[in-house]
Amino acid sequence: MEQQADTTKIGMWLFLVTEVLTFGGLFAGFGLMQSRYPQEFIEAHEHLQRPLGALNTVVLLVSSFTMVMAVLAARTNQSKKTVRYLIMTIACAFIFLGVKYFEYSHKFEEGLLPGSFYHTQATDTVKIINAAGQVVPSHGYATFFSFYFMMTGLHGIHILAGIGLLTWIAIRANRGEFSSAYYTPVDLVGLFWHLVDLIWIYLFPLYYLIS
Amino acid sequence: MEHTLTPGAVLGDRPRPEKNYLNETTGIWSWMTTIDHKRIGIMYLCGVSTAFLIGGVFALLVRLALLNPQHTLFGRVWVTAETYNRFFTLHGVVMVFLFIIPSIPASLANFVLPMMLGAKDVAFPRLNLASFYLWVGGAIFGITAMVLGGVDTGWTFYTPYSTTTDGSVGLMVMAAFILGFSSIFTGLNFIATVHKLRAPGMGWFDMPLFVWGIYATALIQILATPVLAITLVLLLLERTYKIGIFDPAYGGDPVLFQHFFWFYSHPAVYIMIVPGMAIISELIPTFSRKTIFGYRAIAYSSVSLALLSFIVWGHHMFVAGESDLANVVFSALTFLVAIPSGVKVFNWLSTMYKGNISFETPMLYALSFLFLFAIGGLTGIFFSTLAVDIHLTDTYFVVAHFHYVMMGSTVIAFFGGIHYWWPKMTGRMYSEKWGAIACALIFVGFNMTFGSQFIMGGQGMPRRYFNYLDKFQPIHAFSTYGSWVLAVGLFMMAINLLVSLKTGKRAPDNPWGGTTMEWESSSPPVFHNFEHQPVLEHEPYDYRHRTVTHV
Repeated sequence: MEQQADTTKIGMWLFLVTEVLTFGGLFAGFGLMQSRYPQEFIEAHEHLQRPLGALNTVVLLVSSFTMVMAVLAARTNQSKKTVRYLIMTIACAFIFLGVKYFEYSHKFEEGLLPGSFYHTQATDTVKIINAAGQVVPSHGYATFFSFYFMMTGLHGIHILAGIGLLTWIAIRANRGEFSSAYYTPVDLVGLFWHLVDLIWIYLFPLYYLIS
Repeated sequence: MEHTLTPGAVLGDRPRPEKNYLNETTGIWSWMTTIDHKRIGIMYLCGVSTAFLIGGVFALLVRLALLNPQHTLFGRVWVTAETYNRFFTLHGVVMVFLFIIPSIPASLANFVLPMMLGAKDVAFPRLNLASFYLWVGGAIFGITAMVLGGVDTGWTFYTPYSTTTDGSVGLMVMAAFILGFSSIFTGLNFIATVHKLRAPGMGWFDMPLFVWGIYATALIQILATPVLAITLVLLLLERTYKIGIFDPAYGGDPVLFQHFFWFYSHPAVYIMIVPGMAIISELIPTFSRKTIFGYRAIAYSSVSLALLSFIVWGHHMFVAGESDLANVVFSALTFLVAIPSGVKVFNWLSTMYKGNISFETPMLYALSFLFLFAIGGLTGIFFSTLAVDIHLTDTYFVVAHFHYVMMGSTVIAFFGGIHYWWPKMTGRMYSEKWGAIACALIFVGFNMTFGSQFIMGGQGMPRRYFNYLDKFQPIHAFSTYGSWVLAVGLFMMAINLLVSLKTGKRAPDNPWGGTTMEWESSSPPVFHNFEHQPVLEHEPYDYRHRTVTHV
């Protein structure tokens, strides 16, 4: 049994490695584009709502804490407590998505959208001359939002997946399936959730705190 | 005839168990829901062989289209440039994503890796089956894309062409995306298996070198493939919604796509070649009846190839506008690849030196490999040399080079592996005579097809072009004739193997006198691989105290 738990844990860590590399590609692309359009990226990031981003960071940090407590409770045979902490974690996840919903809808209204959907803002100062000879804002603004939506969107999908996994183990915990002898699923979902949290810890300064 | 052989492994020396993994349960459903690594390996083998057939037919069509510069057959024009573009794209996509990446790891390694470790199965049997179904799903997407108009981007999907051209690029990209996850699952499974399921007493340096090679491959699979996955998602979004990451019309950068793509696809060529090398490391000692020379050096060279593969991708973009500094750095790093490759080749040769070599079919493939890989590997050095690369980029020299490595090395090693483990997998022996003739035809046909392309490439014949100068006609025709010889050899090999299923002699447990653990099972193995948990008694390739008369 212990060998099995070890094996699944290796499997989970390897999966997390693939996750890091998936986001790693996007981070690298973002870095490259930022060095190409430095001014545009700084201006574009002013449109993000820093307090909401900070709020979400706190929410996820709290959720990581409740997740740790859930694993601890499972390991010490406290099923009720496990369920309670898992529900708190799920609640945090929903709060995060709620805040994200407000942020996204604000951007949709303003036309702060990826690539071809981007609407020019009055604050866009960097201009280029396009093929037709007109003076238009640089593409850098649109590129910023391409990466913004790709990365926060992919992260959001992971939050959704996390909610699914947390719900699944909460149900199992409620049935009293976990004990100090067997709590591997709680442990593994915990690892996944911490990674999702960690990715946001990198996304937040990257997008909201550029200077 | 005296050979050295594992004691207790002589033909017919012990009763064959009545039940084995093939007849333990029956019916199609028992196969489709199986979590037995051996059956999944066999299903993968059937799958990738079918893919190889499809990709091979497209290859023959490509060669046929280039038979003469007028593209005529019996006096009539039979193919247009657009159709030709689709031929070579489908050949590339099918061969790369559906065939060669899963070929050795998912089929042969799936079958023998757990057995070499003395394990009952891989670490995550269900994930293994899931990986197979993802492969099937990817294959369905890919074939749908072919039927619905095809793809003309080349297997590399370079932007901005791939984001603007018509055809089923989206579906094909989806197929590659899904196949990527299939590959990740396989790799993840093998790493966990190697870490956790080794037989009692088996340390890291007691593992067969095949396991080391597959382990290194699995590392690349899980580290590189996610980057391809996200790149393909971005490509799909770019194509559908113009999100401006790769398309310069919206501020994107097409060279960024190339960087992303090759960050995966350069390591991916090591996903292809390292398992081939891993098979050769088994074949050479077995058929030389000699302990492998430089075990640790070969083991480390597999891992160092895996690591090096991640820092050389820039050599695909020497002429794509990389900075001079980047070019020089990537060029220097690329030269390093020659070191572990050379270490392997010299160790294999040293193993054969003064060995008791016999020339059964698997060994013939192994010797072909040594010859072809030397050519494929050394011509690779040409491309890491910046000045030469500029002359040879996008010529047939590139085509010839990577076919010597991919087809001439990996696929030849794959065939060698199939012939080597065929008795174990099926319990039948094939005809040695026809096996040897097929191998010879494949070797000759291959060299005719691709050796000639080195000459064309050196003279400046660009790759992928539909039209060409009249002066290249004789060489193009020669290459096409070679492809027919190759095809005949391949069919002969396939027929020989398939016929053996019906009429082949019963295989002994250890027909070649192998020393690794998979030969301790019966042929074919029982459901749980071994009747008793095998225990490590000697190092792999230990031929020192073994002399048994071979029947």
